[in-house]
Amino acid sequence: MLLSWDIMIYFFLGTTVLSMVRIVIGPSSADRLIALNLVSAQVLAILVIIAAKENLSIYLDVALVYDIFGFVGLLAITRYLLKKETSK
Amino acid sequence: MIWLAQIFLLLGIVFSIMGNLGVLIFPDVYTRLQASSTCSTTSVFSVFIAAILSAGFSPLSGKILVITAFFLVSSPVSSYIIARYAWHNEIVPWQKTRKKK
Repeated sequence: MLLSWDIMIYFFLGTTVLSMVRIVIGPSSADRLIALNLVSAQVLAILVIIAAKENLSIYLDVALVYDIFGFVGLLAITRYLLKKETSK
Repeated sequence: MIWLAQIFLLLGIVFSIMGNLGVLIFPDVYTRLQASSTCSTTSVFSVFIAAILSAGFSPLSGKILVITAFFLVSSPVSSYIIARYAWHNEIVPWQKTRKKK
């Protein structure tokens, strides 16, 4: 095989680190939220790749719960920041 | 089947590089959001398709299909939430004709 699962795991680890740069240097909070969404999607891809490599389906349960909690967490963060902005 | 999965993995690598470069070098919140949402969604989605093709017809591919359906719903909705947050925060969209200060 030309592209094995190990290469994909290390590639997505590298791009996750690369997109964490935007979390550190982002000028506004919306930039940090965008980079957080990107990191969440790539970690989800890493979990699915590990499940397909090891042929274990328990990583897929972890991936589904991680996706749901990432979505709910992003919704809660934006709602909290908007409420804080409008109450001033 | 294996070579089709290889093609989808290559597509995932290309789209992931494009999305990450866009997030790093684009000038504004909305342009970064466009690069992030389209390219990241396409790359992760093609990796899922490659995993389904590699697993064949098994309970593993059914679970990956459930995750794919949820990701296909949740990723555009979260992009919309971030865009609405930036718009309510009164961030002005970037224009090419504006002078640099």
